[in-house]
Amino acid sequence: MNQNQKRIPMPARYAINAALVVLAFVALNLITGALSSYYTKILMLVGINIILAVSLNVATGYLGQLPLGHAGFMAVGGYAAGIFLKAMPMPNLDKLPEGANAAAAHLQYNFYVVLALLLAGLVAAIFGIIIGVPALRLKGDYLAIITLGFGEIIRVVLLNIDSVLGFDFTFGASGLKRIPKAATVSNVFICVVITCLVIHMVMKSRHGRAILSIRENEIAAESCGIHTTYYKVMAFTLSAFFAGVAGALYATYVGILQPNTFGFMKSIEILVMVVLGGMGSMLGSILSATVLTALPQVLLAFDKWRMVLYSIVLILVMIFKPSGLMGTYDFSMSRLLEKFMNRFGGKKKGEAVKQ
Amino acid sequence: MSLFSTIVSQLVNGLQSGSIYALVALGYSMVYGIILLLNFAHGDIIMVGAYAAWMCMVNFHLHPVVSILIAILTSTLLGVVIEKVAYTPLRSAPRLSLLITAIGVSFLLENGFQLIFGAGAKDMSSAMTAVTGGPSISFGGTTLSFPAMLTIIVSILSMAVLTFLVQKTKLGKAMRAVSEDMGAAQLMGISVNATVSFTFAVGSALAGIGAILYLCAYPQANPTMGSMLGLKAFVAAVLGGIGSIPGAMIGGFVIGMAEALVSAVGLSVWKDGVVFAILIVVLLVKPTGILGRNITEKV
Repeated sequence: MNQNQKRIPMPARYAINAALVVLAFVALNLITGALSSYYTKILMLVGINIILAVSLNVATGYLGQLPLGHAGFMAVGGYAAGIFLKAMPMPNLDKLPEGANAAAAHLQYNFYVVLALLLAGLVAAIFGIIIGVPALRLKGDYLAIITLGFGEIIRVVLLNIDSVLGFDFTFGASGLKRIPKAATVSNVFICVVITCLVIHMVMKSRHGRAILSIRENEIAAESCGIHTTYYKVMAFTLSAFFAGVAGALYATYVGILQPNTFGFMKSIEILVMVVLGGMGSMLGSILSATVLTALPQVLLAFDKWRMVLYSIVLILVMIFKPSGLMGTYDFSMSRLLEKFMNRFGGKKKGEAVKQ
Repeated sequence: MSLFSTIVSQLVNGLQSGSIYALVALGYSMVYGIILLLNFAHGDIIMVGAYAAWMCMVNFHLHPVVSILIAILTSTLLGVVIEKVAYTPLRSAPRLSLLITAIGVSFLLENGFQLIFGAGAKDMSSAMTAVTGGPSISFGGTTLSFPAMLTIIVSILSMAVLTFLVQKTKLGKAMRAVSEDMGAAQLMGISVNATVSFTFAVGSALAGIGAILYLCAYPQANPTMGSMLGLKAFVAAVLGGIGSIPGAMIGGFVIGMAEALVSAVGLSVWKDGVVFAILIVVLLVKPTGILGRNITEKV
């Protein structure tokens, strides 16, 4: 049936998507210029939560497992980036010394930030492998509880490691302070785009299809020759990597890290975003992360009720629409354009048939 | 204090907290055995029970025994209501949905109570003296405090009653049948809904008793007291073999002892970490637990 329908060729699809991203970036920068710092902060938080939700969606939506320790990876990434940035000789961009080259200082600054983000992702991914290999031998409830256990252990270790080893490493409960506040709306936006792009591309590749087949039926996937353990750990690690990046962005956004921020509650908050949006839908994760982050900030009175409402929403969604608001639907601009082309170019379609 | 008496008193501490864990773990284990649900809200039922006791004792100045009965009754009712409202509509849904719902219920209870009563702890130390103020036994330089004795005796009694209930009564037989095969049990004329509700009622009543015993040891109620207690009890249930009643008891005592040992060597801040480390080791070495049965997955 697709033969007589017009399709957009792949290079044009890439061009459309790239144009959309650039457009969004320009629009965002224009908006940011007009907004107060309060709203830009919310925008950054929205971006960080989008990365968290989209990355958890890999493990929950695409792989079909339920890890409850996502905040643990975020903490690992955040601490890795925070410690790294504090150790590096970061140029002070607001007060450059006399005669210093501003462009070189900016370059140096951004180089360290990019390095910190990559490092955070890598460290979190290593933890993802360490935790994923044993944890993914289990399924369902057991996987949920073992990842929860790992998440809690990470938190307890971050809290107490200094007093045991005698380092000034994580600074325990008082927190890792004075991390350079490098996060801006544009670099958070770039990270969001890269996250979505990489995850989308992985999911559309043969590796992604292998991961989806594990979700649908693990035994059947295995009997088709798919190395299930390998792909499970791969998806889990991918998820952990971006959680680490989000953690690093969070660290450079708030400037102070405390282990108790990354408790069980935080993991559940991310899970609510994924579940509400629809497990397996990137669009759903992005939309629900945006709404659930922005709403409590805009309606301050709502903040008190936030967690209560989250839990009610979680229960109601599960009872009435277990697939989430978006199901597994994902938006594609090219697909939309194709629909328009085929609807309004009816004559051309007829010609194609004659030929 | 000599080394021996330190060890004995730590053992008593371990037994005391272990028997509370065992009571709570029984609830997890029974519910898991019957509908294969990890009831995340179980820990929060304890919290509600503790708040009920606090309301009765401190606000309404009721007699302690009446308060305790009301607290246990509240927990029981809450368990059944949660099962009817949140879990019954999902009985045929995927396991993941059921698990997420359970997490939702747990969060609703925790945050709801935080909203109503505030995040601060409700002190009950003066009210609880009516329960805990009893004679203590001392031998060889160590004292066995009254709350510890009470906790151990009450939990052993509860477990004995539970074992009798499950093994010797008709309802217990129905419970065992439903957990064996829900469909076949229904065909034999067992009312599955009533049996599942009854299981939740028994599990929640045990959680209510656990709440009172917990208050004997730490006389204050706060909205998140149930989550850690619940998680550790769950670890106990997994350790003993989930779905197995004697397993839950053994697991509870082991976890209590392990905690007491970790505290005894001066590492009490690592207590939670150690409990979860035990969980991870158990899940990796023997996922079915000490007394669990092996279930092979069929296509």
